[in-house]
Amino acid sequence: EFRRFSLERSKPGKFEEFYGLLQHVHKIPNVDVLVGYTDIHGDLLPINNDDNYHKAVSTANPLLRIFIQRKEDADYSAFGTDTMTRKKNVLSNVLRPDNHKKKPHIVISMPQDFRPVSSIIDVDILPETHRRVRLYKYGTDKPLGFYIRDGSSVRVTPHGLEKVPGIFISRLVPGGLAQSTGLLAVNDEVLEVNGIEVSGKSLDQVTDMMIANSRNLIITVRPANQRNNVVRNSRTSGSSGQSTESSLPSSTPNILGSLQQGEEESDEEDIIIEDSGEPQQIPKAAPTSESIESLSQIELLHESTQNGFLPSSEMNSNHSAGSISMEYEVPEPGRKSLEEDGTIITL
Amino acid sequence: MRRFLRPGHDPVRERLKRDLFQFNKTVEHGFPHQPSALGYSPFLRLMAIGTRSGAIKLYGAPGVEFMGLHEENNTVMQIHFIPDQCQLVTLLDDNSLHLWSLKQHGGASELREEHRFTLKGPPGSPPSATQITAVLPHSSREVLYLGTESGNIFVVELPSFRVLEDRTITPEAVLQRIPEDNCNRRSCELVEALREHPKNPDQILIGYSRGLIVLWDLQNNKATHHFLGSQQLENLYWQRDGSKFISCHYDGSYTQWPVSSDNRQPEPLENTVPYGPFPCKAISKIYWQTTKNGLPYIIFQGGMPRASYGDRHSISVIHGSQQTAFDFTSRVIDFFIIFSSDPAAEFDDPSALVVLAEEELVVIDLKSAGWPAVHPPYLASLHCSAITCSHHVSNIPLKLWERIISAGSKQNIHYSSMPWPIDGGTNIAPDPPQRDLLLTGHEDGTVRFWDASGVCLHLLYKLSTVRVFLTDADPNDNMNTLGEDEWPPLRKVGTFDPYSDDPRLGIQKIYLCKYSGYLAVAGTAGQVLVMELNDEDAEHVVDHAEADLLQDQEGYRWKGHEKLKTRDGPVRFEAGFQPFVLVQCQPPAVVTSLALHSEWKLVAFGTSHGFGLFDHQQKRLVFVKCTLHPSDQLALEGPLSRVKSLKKSLRQSFRRIRRSRVSSRKRRGGSGNASEVQEANAKFDQDALQEMELAPVQRKIEARSAEDSFTGFVRTLYFADTFLRDSSRHCPSLWAGTNGGTVYAFCLRVPPAERRMDEPVRAEQAKEIQLMHRAPVVGILVLDGRSTPLPEPLEVAHDLSKSPDMQGSHQLLVVSEEQFKVFTLPKVSSKLKLKLTALEGCRVRKVTVANFGSCKTDEYSENDLAVLTNLGDIQIISLPFLKLQIRYPCIRKEDVSGIASCVFTKYGQGFYLISPSEFERFSLSTKWLVEPRCIVDVPEVTSNNHVHNKSGTENAARKSSPGDCGEDERKSGRLMEHALLNDEKVLKEIQSTLEGGR
Repeated sequence: EFRRFSLERSKPGKFEEFYGLLQHVHKIPNVDVLVGYTDIHGDLLPINNDDNYHKAVSTANPLLRIFIQRKEDADYSAFGTDTMTRKKNVLSNVLRPDNHKKKPHIVISMPQDFRPVSSIIDVDILPETHRRVRLYKYGTDKPLGFYIRDGSSVRVTPHGLEKVPGIFISRLVPGGLAQSTGLLAVNDEVLEVNGIEVSGKSLDQVTDMMIANSRNLIITVRPANQRNNVVRNSRTSGSSGQSTESSLPSSTPNILGSLQQGEEESDEEDIIIEDSGEPQQIPKAAPTSESIESLSQIELLHESTQNGFLPSSEMNSNHSAGSISMEYEVPEPGRKSLEEDGTIITL
Repeated sequence: MRRFLRPGHDPVRERLKRDLFQFNKTVEHGFPHQPSALGYSPFLRLMAIGTRSGAIKLYGAPGVEFMGLHEENNTVMQIHFIPDQCQLVTLLDDNSLHLWSLKQHGGASELREEHRFTLKGPPGSPPSATQITAVLPHSSREVLYLGTESGNIFVVELPSFRVLEDRTITPEAVLQRIPEDNCNRRSCELVEALREHPKNPDQILIGYSRGLIVLWDLQNNKATHHFLGSQQLENLYWQRDGSKFISCHYDGSYTQWPVSSDNRQPEPLENTVPYGPFPCKAISKIYWQTTKNGLPYIIFQGGMPRASYGDRHSISVIHGSQQTAFDFTSRVIDFFIIFSSDPAAEFDDPSALVVLAEEELVVIDLKSAGWPAVHPPYLASLHCSAITCSHHVSNIPLKLWERIISAGSKQNIHYSSMPWPIDGGTNIAPDPPQRDLLLTGHEDGTVRFWDASGVCLHLLYKLSTVRVFLTDADPNDNMNTLGEDEWPPLRKVGTFDPYSDDPRLGIQKIYLCKYSGYLAVAGTAGQVLVMELNDEDAEHVVDHAEADLLQDQEGYRWKGHEKLKTRDGPVRFEAGFQPFVLVQCQPPAVVTSLALHSEWKLVAFGTSHGFGLFDHQQKRLVFVKCTLHPSDQLALEGPLSRVKSLKKSLRQSFRRIRRSRVSSRKRRGGSGNASEVQEANAKFDQDALQEMELAPVQRKIEARSAEDSFTGFVRTLYFADTFLRDSSRHCPSLWAGTNGGTVYAFCLRVPPAERRMDEPVRAEQAKEIQLMHRAPVVGILVLDGRSTPLPEPLEVAHDLSKSPDMQGSHQLLVVSEEQFKVFTLPKVSSKLKLKLTALEGCRVRKVTVANFGSCKTDEYSENDLAVLTNLGDIQIISLPFLKLQIRYPCIRKEDVSGIASCVFTKYGQGFYLISPSEFERFSLSTKWLVEPRCIVDVPEVTSNNHVHNKSGTENAARKSSPGDCGEDERKSGRLMEHALLNDEKVLKEIQSTLEGGR
């Protein structure tokens, strides 16, 4: 069924309110639904938080077309890029979901119910030949699991082709994080580590950089296999001007952007065990600082946000993994998945 | 955020930075590595040493030093000063000749290479035709005579190095003028020696390898005399009056030959085999020195009986009935005699014998009875026993300085009182601005105290800790106890002794309190000694305590070395630093950190297992803390012993290689076998190197986990009086940082002075910080309310520092190998940080607070962190804002031992080992710069028709630095700073081993 109603474009309000409104308008107060909209390119995109809700409202032109599905029979694959090409299909799927009823339906929960293992980031600002991969390291249960080596690669320079030394992935440990992502492969050339170019750095230096950033490792590689690259279409007009031949990912916004990310998101919290005046509470032989018994004594530290160096807007802008948690906090389940990644903790 | 931490482009700050920081490598202290040639100019009274890496160093009076480096980096084979000139010629092993001169340049003079030259034979001639074997700079200063393997003697004009072909003395020409039948072409192969007649510059003596000696008249181009030696010739020497000369031979004999006008083919006067009758080794060089009393000095190298003493490196001195064979600890490179250089003097009257051995310089006083050694003011062999750690103390109070010198002078009584005989040039460098001590710990359990104030690194005092312990080697069992009637009359000279009796004695950490004279020294077997300076000999019992760092941890077994056994009962100690407390860690692992607080009378020490605090006033252990991770098996089983043995075996194999190379290094062709071996060696090395390069190198990328080994290593210990618990009361505290990124803070209660002996010192753990990046903590520092590092103990009491600001809030700086972090105190919250590794891929190896004064104004100075990274870069990082100020490349990153040995001073200078025996000194400060400045007075040239450059005075300074800001400004700077760290050599080695495995 279709409903049409109006919203104040300048003051869209919060997603929660909007969700309530939808439920009210459709008279389905207790039904979990998935909300989607078609953007200017015709892609079907989800609305599930304040940010994409605001985005949706701001891009409405002038009409915002919203699709609502029951959560249990939602078709997640309908969302995402390139849905424009499947637009018809999508719409028919959405409108006549009974088409699919014949197939056994696999229930997949929403992205936020997963713990991210890796992601491809900055697709819009990188040349298509490059891939920026972020590895999320959780505790010590799964090793990062890859090796790097020295090698040489061919670069396009003003003087023609030149052979220059480079760093390459030499081996993936079976079952390791790197291998399980499928985003890194043997012989991929490593171009950047957390926004810092590796050219001119020794293997040992790059090793140290990667290990120092291991809790939130962002590596930019040029995949050895260039056939799986993201193919961008016309809507990425903003930054697709970059030549795909130029191997140096040297555009300034690119580096700055990743620098900020690296800085903000790779911070870890140090732990302090305070022992204010009651030494007997912590036995001298307490084996390590991580002992569960001493949980109550652990105080998490405020990280660098307090020092005024970080404009808060930067903090907010970085919503993909910007929320924070520590192993020791008792966090809400959704945030648990991002532990050790974040920047701020306020207790 | 990074961009906020980037060095700003504030022009004021940039200008200030230029006034504060400047990088210079200023002096090389110690003994040149692998010396290969020696030269001496009696005219300039300067000595020159060449090395296998192509360096050439000139030394005169203390402080007079010059250095040059051949571009080719080839071994310097021979050095010859041009008579009566500020010039010298070097011969390299690629057969090239180089002319160096001391020339004035911009108010100071420097050693410069002027010309280079390679002798070329006619086309098609074999290389041996021009292979130079002997060089004679003629006294006319116009020409060089070059003897070659082919027997030709080429004449080369100076300084242009133009070959005067018409004056070449060919073997054919020589043979033509010798009427003898038993001489053939082969007798004139290979010129072994060329000597100018001491009275008649027109005659030169030519010695050929096969024994033929010819006195050649240059004017008439003919042989005036010839002498038929039966033995292979090694060298020649003229008697001063020119009436006789002496030749020495391969069979260990020497022969005197008369030169008179009536006999053109004289028979030898005397032929002696000094160490016969059994076969002897060659005498490779000989001097014949006349004296007033008529008895000559005969001084020669080698000649020992081949079978029983063939392995000795000896130089024998014979004077009448006195005969001594000085037995050197390493191969003799060359030697010379200092004698009367006045041409008018009738006798040589030798005063000193100067011997360059491979590992040390030895000077023997020939004038005093018993021929004692002279204590050299420079060229000290730093590596007499391998250096295991070093510690620098700036600005020593005069009182302590004098007491150390007086203790040292009691050790040096066996040295000659003769003033240093090599005294050319004048040191015009200003007196050093302050008295600095460099303390080096050695593998044999000694600590050497060096005067590091100026250009000459001079040994003041040597402290041995061996006496406290019972070791296998009896100290009386040294090799000097040869009976009086022994033949040959060998006498051991020199101090080089790299073979340690017991590696457990090795010194790993040193801490000296310059105000109280307390010294703490810690070693390889977990021993910690606290010492006090005593001006008298004393016999007393050393209090002994044991610190069980494992406490109740069970099921661990230490598989490393045993602890050292101590001597029971009182021990006699000579004047100087005398131990009064010994703490032995259990398990006896190497001590990895040490701190001493002389005001509180506490010493803290840490190993791979934990750390402890000892009250050396009450002689009581205050507490111990085990830092071991339960899963860290490696630390428990004694990984150090394994690393140690690896290191040892490596060293042994190097020694083997060196020995085989050293074994015979006569000139090429002389003994083809040896050079073949050498070549094979070199080839092998190269192959090995290539193999290493070809091996696929890959590095594992893995996050550091808590379970990594060695996390318990205590890397740094620090005492501070600060606000640990609340912001109203400050108290003494002890901080410890581990390899696993943990910082422990202990609150201490030290009883007031009047009840110091009655009440115990108490300690309670107050804080524990775990850095999440888990990198090793290499430095801890507390900044006071003005963000100034806390002063050293007793510094305020001695009025040498402002008392710290106890009103404002203190800050804690934790330096790990990867990051710098500032926390607030007493509530620990993170304030600032600088990530080094995540951004640059380098790690902190050394860090110290240094005070930098402006070269423009005396008023301004600031404290910064001087940081050495694993890439060999030095960075200066500002305090308290942690901004990178400047970066200099200093040490090659492959030079692991150089990086490990680096020590910073508190005024922005530093030292690191460039070889086992040499410290390079560098300066980061514009204000504190120690470098040689000297004048070489050129005496009036006496006899000559020759006018050459009339430089009456040469002003000379080596490595004159750009922007030398003048010594006027080098006044005493402010005295507030605090070192973070002692150096951590062994740890670094382990670290690098670990990294290598990763």
